[in-house]
Amino acid sequence: MHDVLKVNMMANIHDENDHIASHTNEDLTDRHIYVINVMGAPGVGKTTTLKNIIKNLKGLKPYVIEGDIESDIDTRDLRSLGIDTFQINTFGACHLDAPMIHNQVQNIKFDEKGVLFIENIGNLVCPAEFSIGEHCKMLISTVTEGSDKPYKYPLAFEKADAIILNKVDLLPYLDFDEEFYMKGVRALNKEVPVFKVSGKTGEGFAEVAAWIQERAQEEKTAHHHHHGDENGHHHHHEHDTAHNHD
Amino acid sequence: MHEFPITQQIIKLAEKHATELCASRIKSIKLVVGDYCGFVGDSIQMYFDVISEGTLCEGATIEIEHVKPKMKCTGCGSLFEREFLSFACPKCGADGEPTEIGKEFYIESIEIER
Repeated sequence: MHDVLKVNMMANIHDENDHIASHTNEDLTDRHIYVINVMGAPGVGKTTTLKNIIKNLKGLKPYVIEGDIESDIDTRDLRSLGIDTFQINTFGACHLDAPMIHNQVQNIKFDEKGVLFIENIGNLVCPAEFSIGEHCKMLISTVTEGSDKPYKYPLAFEKADAIILNKVDLLPYLDFDEEFYMKGVRALNKEVPVFKVSGKTGEGFAEVAAWIQERAQEEKTAHHHHHGDENGHHHHHEHDTAHNHD
Repeated sequence: MHEFPITQQIIKLAEKHATELCASRIKSIKLVVGDYCGFVGDSIQMYFDVISEGTLCEGATIEIEHVKPKMKCTGCGSLFEREFLSFACPKCGADGEPTEIGKEFYIESIEIER
């Protein structure tokens, strides 16, 4: 006769992923590398946005990890511009996870302080659910996708630390309802900066690059102060309950 | 595809726990899955049946408790389930803000045989 027993576990299934992610985060912070997880649907201009940001970035060396289901077209494109770029092919998987990045980072020689851009798989759903060791989640959104996207993909907008609204040069030809879009963004994420840019004209990217430089500097300073603090939990996205709206 | 590595992780966690308790077999696994966590219960079961072969989890059933996401109203403070294309509170009309309700993804308990 078997003895059947019910045991409580309360085990978070993402724990191992998050543990590896925070390991990568600490390691790269120590090496003065600011990590940005670049997310967005296919065709929003993730690689074009990276190229434009990198063009405007001052005093920080850019490194890029390109996540793609297949192909290395974007990697070859970035390398041709002299950018240190590394390819991850997931062969079907719809997002990058912490172990993939952890393994890839071991192969990168970070010879100067800088910014590591990790271009996630083109997908507005799954990448938002997995930490990969980033300091900042950057969501690329476009006016061509329509103004209802915050309402349809709330998690990506809620988790974003910066939102890029791309292709604004096309606004005259579209019925993009900016007020409705911003209302959705603000309900989900009160303080996230929203940068309007155009990959076509290059407008707006200097501001994005300046914001990244500032954040990278803050991270370094904060890290310096926190050294030896065993409670150094990394960045948790908390929403305060203040009632002020923009 | 998306549920495959997660199912491996579920089996690994459950087996580790069961082994520590000297179990000979895991009969069932209860998961709590928020709708915003992005995992589909049927897919987990499908992968589970394949991957669990030869482990303590072989033949176990997966029971899933789904949790609907809720927002918290910034006006009246009530918790509510949102309508499509809106974040407005059904009681007072003010916008809601996100909460952690609906993002759960954990193993609540397992049933083991010894």
